[in-house]
Amino acid sequence: MAQRMALSTNYAIAYAVKNCDVDVIAAYPITPQTTVVERLSEFVANGELDAEYIPVESEHSALSAVIGASAAGARVFTATASQGLALMHEVLFMASGMRLPIVMSIANRTLSMPLNIHNDHQDMMSSRDCGWIQIYISSAQEAHDTVIQAYRLAERLDILLPVCVCYDGYVLSHTYEPVEVRDKQKVLEYTPRVERPHVLDPDKPITMGVMALPNYTYEFKYQVVDALKRVPKALEEVDAEFADKFGVKYGLYEEYMCSDADVIMIALGAIASTARLAIDNLRSKGFRIGLFRPRLYRPIPVELWKSVLRKAKMLAIVDRAIAFGGCGGPLFSDVATMFINDSERPLMINFIAGIGGRDVTVRDLEQMGLMAFKSLEEGLKEQCIYFGVRGVDYGL
Amino acid sequence: MSELKKWFELPIGCTNIEPGSSLNNITAGWRVFTPVIDEKKCTKCYLCWAFCPENAIKIADDGFPKTDYRYCKGCGICSNECPAKAITMIRQEV
Repeated sequence: MAQRMALSTNYAIAYAVKNCDVDVIAAYPITPQTTVVERLSEFVANGELDAEYIPVESEHSALSAVIGASAAGARVFTATASQGLALMHEVLFMASGMRLPIVMSIANRTLSMPLNIHNDHQDMMSSRDCGWIQIYISSAQEAHDTVIQAYRLAERLDILLPVCVCYDGYVLSHTYEPVEVRDKQKVLEYTPRVERPHVLDPDKPITMGVMALPNYTYEFKYQVVDALKRVPKALEEVDAEFADKFGVKYGLYEEYMCSDADVIMIALGAIASTARLAIDNLRSKGFRIGLFRPRLYRPIPVELWKSVLRKAKMLAIVDRAIAFGGCGGPLFSDVATMFINDSERPLMINFIAGIGGRDVTVRDLEQMGLMAFKSLEEGLKEQCIYFGVRGVDYGL
Repeated sequence: MSELKKWFELPIGCTNIEPGSSLNNITAGWRVFTPVIDEKKCTKCYLCWAFCPENAIKIADDGFPKTDYRYCKGCGICSNECPAKAITMIRQEV
């Protein structure tokens, strides 16, 4: 039976993983780990979940262990954050290159130095282009449901790619919300076990993760490029099937008051929830502003995003990560690139905010919105604004 | 280059689904020095067979070790290990 419980996003994810009946969980149990895997270890210890739980010695090993288990046909899970994700970096490419349907949750946190355990998107943005499907969520319920969708998506035979479910550290990970825990029987009906074409089997020996020379490596990499192209449509289908089963639909993105907006604010994850209030406040003062929250961020469904964004005069893109030495934040660079060859395109302004767990308040987001309107009227003075950093004044 | 497979002709996920297919990978082209076994000196101790890292030395019906030159990379370990000094490395003319 479905059950309504007060859960942190970490626990909401743990319950989803349990009800997906995973076979193997490998995780490094110390900082920067979250309570997702702590709760899962309790489920395994008390017999609620029949899975192999491997407390490994590092995140590099955690992902390596689930790669091995997934290659042998198991349904697997791991979780990490921050430095842990950075330590996994080289293994991320192996998981996608080997086309393994691994699901991993990431409580997004900043990267040292300075040493800081709080929320921003620096960890994930630094591992953005590694062939994983990346979904940013903005509530505990969405995290719970997205993990269930993630197994269905990852294990589709036309996809077979690993999936990251990204959620803001602390702001979401440790915040309790009412969550409808989906009925296990229905979850398993929704995401049944599939037989993959290639798994490790002593009776049918194969080699997985082969060496390839320059004459073949490119072709293997292109297979990942091609599979990612199929993801937006596949996620739409997976989402529709989820709606049939559980009555909730999330889509590939969320738009709020975008249809007549002069300025559209774009933000990932938790900031987007706060921004909704800022949009309401600015609307009540007569500013035509909307909000666009991408859910599927890798791969980017470019035409779908553009169909919403191209109507605006100005895009205010909020990045919770710094691309050091780049042309702006990572989300800004992506949005700018998708419009680069269009003769008519919105102006774009980039706000870097919420670094290292700095609060991004409703008032901050209202101010960003106002700065976007001012730049629209008076001309863009500054393309990338390090919003709220003490000692910098952009005169806006 | 036309015999190389296209991206959609390859099994996905960097998988080799043909066990033992390294036999198709002829590595003779790596070789600069070729081992030549002098059967007059060979004592059939088979140390060369044991040490060959490529498993390219087989024992023939007459009991003498024979090098499979399709796979021998010319590393010279057999020659170095041979206690009877029966294996000479000869530079190949290209």
